[in-house]
Amino acid sequence: MNNLIDLEKKINSELTTKINKTSIKHNQIYVEIDKEDLVDVVLFIKTNKDTKFRQLIDITVVDYPEETQRFKIVYLFLSHEFNHRMILSYFINENELISSLTSVFPSANWMEREVFDMYGVNFKNHPDLRRILTDYGFEGHPLRKDFPLTGHSEVRYSEEKKKVINEPVKLEQNYRNFDYESPWEGTKYIKEISETNDKKN
Amino acid sequence: MTKKIKNLNLNFGPQHPAAHGVLRLILELDGEVVEKADPHIGLLHRGTEKLIENKTYMQAVPYFDRLDYVAPMNQEHAFALAIEKILNIDVPIRAQYIRVMFCEIGRILSHILNVTTQALDVGALTPSLWGFEERETLMTFYERASGSRLHANYFRAGGVHQDLPAGLEKDIAKFCETFPKIINDLENLLTDNRIFKQRNVDIGVVTKDDALDYSFSGVMIRGSGIPWDLRKSQPYDCYDQLEFKIPVGKNGDCYDRYLCRIEEMKESVSIIKQCLARMEKGPIKTFDGKISPPSKAEIKQSMEALIHHFKLFTEGYRVPKDEIYTAVEAPKGEFGVYLISDGSSKPYKCKIRAPGFSHLQSMDYLIKGHMLADVPAVLGSLDIVFGEVDR
Repeated sequence: MNNLIDLEKKINSELTTKINKTSIKHNQIYVEIDKEDLVDVVLFIKTNKDTKFRQLIDITVVDYPEETQRFKIVYLFLSHEFNHRMILSYFINENELISSLTSVFPSANWMEREVFDMYGVNFKNHPDLRRILTDYGFEGHPLRKDFPLTGHSEVRYSEEKKKVINEPVKLEQNYRNFDYESPWEGTKYIKEISETNDKKN
Repeated sequence: MTKKIKNLNLNFGPQHPAAHGVLRLILELDGEVVEKADPHIGLLHRGTEKLIENKTYMQAVPYFDRLDYVAPMNQEHAFALAIEKILNIDVPIRAQYIRVMFCEIGRILSHILNVTTQALDVGALTPSLWGFEERETLMTFYERASGSRLHANYFRAGGVHQDLPAGLEKDIAKFCETFPKIINDLENLLTDNRIFKQRNVDIGVVTKDDALDYSFSGVMIRGSGIPWDLRKSQPYDCYDQLEFKIPVGKNGDCYDRYLCRIEEMKESVSIIKQCLARMEKGPIKTFDGKISPPSKAEIKQSMEALIHHFKLFTEGYRVPKDEIYTAVEAPKGEFGVYLISDGSSKPYKCKIRAPGFSHLQSMDYLIKGHMLADVPAVLGSLDIVFGEVDR
């Protein structure tokens, strides 16, 4: 398929019920599916002669802590043959298991390990699900929105114990997140601040 | 009588000169043959993506310099392009040429480092001495344009930070005349060198199918004979107006990848020359006062410029709600930014796709069955920089 619109039609007609929504934006095709259909859909787009998304570019997660379906899992694919990019996504709850893509794309191995490390999303059938980027013995999942920017613990060499130790973070000054949003474009937050100030007084 | 033989586990790195940074590689050896390689990464993890989520778009640019720190501006380019696509703004033609020119300088910077250190890993000292002298010259060009040799912070959404200083174009043109001779000298030292060939030919062979399955890009995929370059296939900025060739390897081994890099440097020199020839005087960033900051002179004269300046450097510019993936052909492969904006002046999510991450992942597949001495050769030809692998 040389044309994105044809490709969109093709995917919709071949995978009908497995596709929730498709759209074309920025010269890329965005596809939303259900969690259960992941491996089927990926196998199809990888092997079908009209799609040939032969390369998995990346896997990532977007965290929306307020939503009931907290995590949006995103897969980026590239088709060299037709020069298309696809962004495949679905939503899951916290603590939900999702299928691993390692059987289809060997490169999914580290990408899924990174997702597990950064967001705590678990994969089934993954051959080697360990933390990858964070330190040995690290706790928590740093890219979740509720993980503080400064982290929970800091590392230093202790002269008394003669080894590297972990301690809770001590800051001389708390991390300050200044809010510079233009007040005249959304007066809501000015009210909020003035109300909290009133209470203090 | 039977003897029990156990495989030896060997720790390679994290402090090893041939590990190209902080790689801890756990090798399982049967005699001198590698049975299994398990790279442990993350020793340089700084949480770049988390930090970017807490900074405005303009404050996030310097973090991109610190990813692949041997070719900083190529990373900034991907981020700038992503924002430009969401905001739907045009970049003045002079700025496009400046950006492409500095991206190609970055490519030469990165390839010189890789080719010469690969030679160093397999036992040749001279190439790195010659190559690093040229890198120093190129970094002074970086310095003259942006103010710093490495962490440039030069590209902006909508153009570049400031115009080139007087005389820089002439000096870059002069460099383009002398540099091909240096490439020739390097080739004289390496290309037909018996030891270099013994260490690299038929080492770390990647087939076409595996190159795709393991998400390879850049020289790693071209070395295996797949003619794929984002500058040609999905051209960004003014690449579609420039003429250049894409060198492709045949055998997919370390030696072919070395040859590709050498040829790419020659192509980069030609691209830089074309940019210099076509560059005309003109604006270097978009005129939209809501996105690019006003000049100092303007601030002294105009109240509106003063307000713009204040708002841009406190709140920053706002980017409408959108989701986008943009990739550029960085020296090491496809460098991508997956950006989710939520209408505020900070990105909601910024995932960085680093080529080195997928390349290093295939270490086990590449090195299985090779000798221990081939580990540095393969690692060298993967072109790993830990700034971008660990992020």
